[in-house]
Amino acid sequence: MLGRQGNRRLVLAVDAAARAAGLRVGIPASKAQVLVPNLQSFDLDASGDAAGLDRMALWSLRYAPIVAADPPDGLIIDTTGADHLHGGENAMLQGLVSRMAASGIEARVAVADTWGAAHACARFLARPTFVAPLGQAPSIVRNLSIGALRLAPEIVEGLHTLGFERVGEVEAAPRASLTLRFGPELGRRLDQAMGRRGEPFEPIRSPDLIEVRRPFGEPIGAAETIARYTGKLVAALCEALEAKGLGARRLDLLFHRVDNRIEAIRAGTAVPVRDVKRLTRLLTDRIETIDPGFGIEVMTLAATLAEPFGSKQIISSQVEGPEPDITDLIDTLANRIGEQRLYRFAPVESDVPERSVRRVAPSAPDDGTSWPGEWPRPPRLLGHPEPIETMALLPDHPPVWFSWRGIRRRVMRADGPERVFGEWWQRDAELIAVRDYFQVEDESGDRFWIYRAGDGEDPETGSHKWFLHGVFA
Amino acid sequence: MGQPAASPAIAALRERIARLEGGPARNRATLPFGVASIDKVLPGGGLALGALHEVAGGRNGAIDGAAAALFAAGVAARTKGKVLWCVTRQDLFAPALAQAGLLPGRVVYVEAGDEASVLACFEEGLRHGGLGCVVAELARLSMTASRRLQLAAETSGAIGIAIRRWRRQTEATDFGQPTAAVSRWRVTALPSRPLPVPGVGRARWQLELIRVRAGESADFEVEACDDKGRLALFSDLADRSPKARPGPVRALG
Repeated sequence: MLGRQGNRRLVLAVDAAARAAGLRVGIPASKAQVLVPNLQSFDLDASGDAAGLDRMALWSLRYAPIVAADPPDGLIIDTTGADHLHGGENAMLQGLVSRMAASGIEARVAVADTWGAAHACARFLARPTFVAPLGQAPSIVRNLSIGALRLAPEIVEGLHTLGFERVGEVEAAPRASLTLRFGPELGRRLDQAMGRRGEPFEPIRSPDLIEVRRPFGEPIGAAETIARYTGKLVAALCEALEAKGLGARRLDLLFHRVDNRIEAIRAGTAVPVRDVKRLTRLLTDRIETIDPGFGIEVMTLAATLAEPFGSKQIISSQVEGPEPDITDLIDTLANRIGEQRLYRFAPVESDVPERSVRRVAPSAPDDGTSWPGEWPRPPRLLGHPEPIETMALLPDHPPVWFSWRGIRRRVMRADGPERVFGEWWQRDAELIAVRDYFQVEDESGDRFWIYRAGDGEDPETGSHKWFLHGVFA
Repeated sequence: MGQPAASPAIAALRERIARLEGGPARNRATLPFGVASIDKVLPGGGLALGALHEVAGGRNGAIDGAAAALFAAGVAARTKGKVLWCVTRQDLFAPALAQAGLLPGRVVYVEAGDEASVLACFEEGLRHGGLGCVVAELARLSMTASRRLQLAAETSGAIGIAIRRWRRQTEATDFGQPTAAVSRWRVTALPSRPLPVPGVGRARWQLELIRVRAGESADFEVEACDDKGRLALFSDLADRSPKARPGPVRALG
C-alpha cells in the first residue's frame, strides 16, 4: 500500500510476503520498488479503510455494548461486565481472533484495565491474545518500549534521542521538563495508560438502530430511580418495536455519566420478546453492577438485535392447558450465568458413551427422541475413565475384585460384557479398538460401570487395562 | 392429612396449626409414590408439591450422589412440565436419567459454577411457576437459604429437590443440621437379591425418611426407579411367579 504523507510517497502497509522480501512501513515508495522488482503496489484507500473499520466495529457489538473504531487499524471494545456471556475473557478473545481469522483478518487482541494499556498490550504483547491480570496493567506497560504510548512519531524519536527506552523510564523522569520540551501530549498519554486519567470515547451506533433516549435535568444515581426510568425506557422501546413488527433479541442500556464515562447493561433473550415487564426485569436484575459515580445524565436503551415478531394466536384447549412457557426463566438465568452454561442433552447415535450425548440450546425444538434403553447406564459418568487394578479371567469374564481410589472391592455380581466398537470414521486409532463394559456390584451393593480396553484376545484392539467409567446407584 | 381425624376437636386443632404454619394459600396437593406403605407415612399421602425436599446418598452416595440423583429423577419424571436441574459441575449422564423416566426433552441443565449461583438459580426456578420440578445439587444448605427456597416453592407449587452431596465422607455429618425442608431422605444402595442366573438384578435401595414435617420418620427397602420413575416394594421370589419380575436385561442401575 502506498500513500502520500506530505509530499513524499511512502509505503504505508505491507503484507506478509512483502515483509519477507524486506519491505517495511515508512520507507519511500521508490526505494521499495528498487528493492523488489515487479512490486505490486496499490494506493491506500483511507476512506474505504475507515468505512471497513466502522463495519467491523458494528459487527463487534456482538461482544459488548460499547464499541468504537480506533483508526487507522484498531477497535476498542469495553468488555466490562460482558465477558461472562462469552465464557470468560480468555475464551472471548480466542473466539474473537478465530472469527476474524475466518474472514481473513489477522487480529491481535488484549484485555487490560485501561484503553491505553490494552492498546499497548495488543500491539506489543498479544500472540495473538493477551489478558492483563486485573490491576497489573501499569506494571506491564512500564516494561514496554515508548512506542506503546500512542505518541506522535516525532515525540518517540525525540525521547529515543534523549536515551529513553521504556515507558517506566519516562514515567520516572521529572514531568515538568519533559512537558516543556514535548508538550502536554506525553503526560496525558502516560496518565491514560496508567489509568490516572479517564479517556472517554463515543461508542458507535448503527443508523437503523431502534433506540430511545432519556436525558435528565438533574443527574440521577439511586438504584430505585434508575429502575423506574428503565421501566419507562423499555415501555417506549416496546412501542417503537411494535410499530416495526419486531421483537428484541438483545438490549443494550447505556448510562452516560456526568464525568463522561459510559456504563452499560446488556441483556439477551432466546426468542424475540416485546413484553415490557419481562424486558424490564432482565435489565433491572443487573442494576447493582452499575456504578453511577457522580450521577447519570443520559440513559439510552437500544435493541441492538431485533427480529421479526408477529402476533400469535394462543391455542386454548379445554382438556389440557398449554405447556407453560419458560423462555423468560431461561433468559433470566442465561443473563446471570452465561448462555452456554444453560443447555439440554440430546441423544446422538453413537455407542461410545461419552459421544452419545450432545448439548443443545434449552429452547431448541424437542423431537421426543431418547436413548435406546436396553443396556444399563450409570447416572454419574466420570469425565475421564479412571484406571483400576483388577484380577480377571480373559477373555470375557468380569473381574473377581478391583481396587479404585485406594479401596478394594470384591465383585459379587456382574453383567456383561457389552462390547462397544471404536468409531473408525472418527479417528484412525479407533479402527479396531474395542471396549468391553461390565456392570459390577460389590458386597455392600454399590454398583460400578467398568470396562476393559480391548477384546481380551487380540492386543491390537486395546491395552487390556481396566478402567472405571461411571457410578451406578 | 393421612389418617382421618379421631375427633372434631383434633381436626380443628390440626387446621389451626396448618394456618399458623403457612396460611390458607398453602398448596396442599401431593405427589404419591404409588407404594402404599410409603404414601401412608407421608402426610397428605405423598410428597408435598410446592415444597422443598432434601435427598442425600448414604456411604459412597454422599460423594457421588448417584442413587440420590436417580431418586430425584424418578420424582421429577412423575411431575408435569419441564424440569430444571442445577449443578455446580456437570457429571450427570443423561441416558441414565432417561432410563428412570426423565426424558431428555424435559430437562434444562444449569451449570452454575459455584454454590451461591446454584442457590440463586434454584430459587429463581422455584419462583417461576412454569416448572414441574427443580433439582439442585448442593453441599451446604443453611436454614436461611432453605427457608427462602421453601417460600419460593410455596408461591409456585413446584417440587424442589435439593440433592446433598459433599466432597468428603466426613462432611456428610452436615446432613444432621436443621433446614426448612419439608422432608429429608437418605438413599443407600443395598445388595440386590441373587438371581437364578448369573447377572445383576434390579437395584435395591434402603430408603430412609429421616424427617418429615407433621409426620414420623420411617425406613423402607425398595426396588429402584423403573422406566416410569416408580419405586416398588420388594417381594420375595416365593410370593410371586418368576415371570412377573423384570428380567436382568430390563434391569435398571
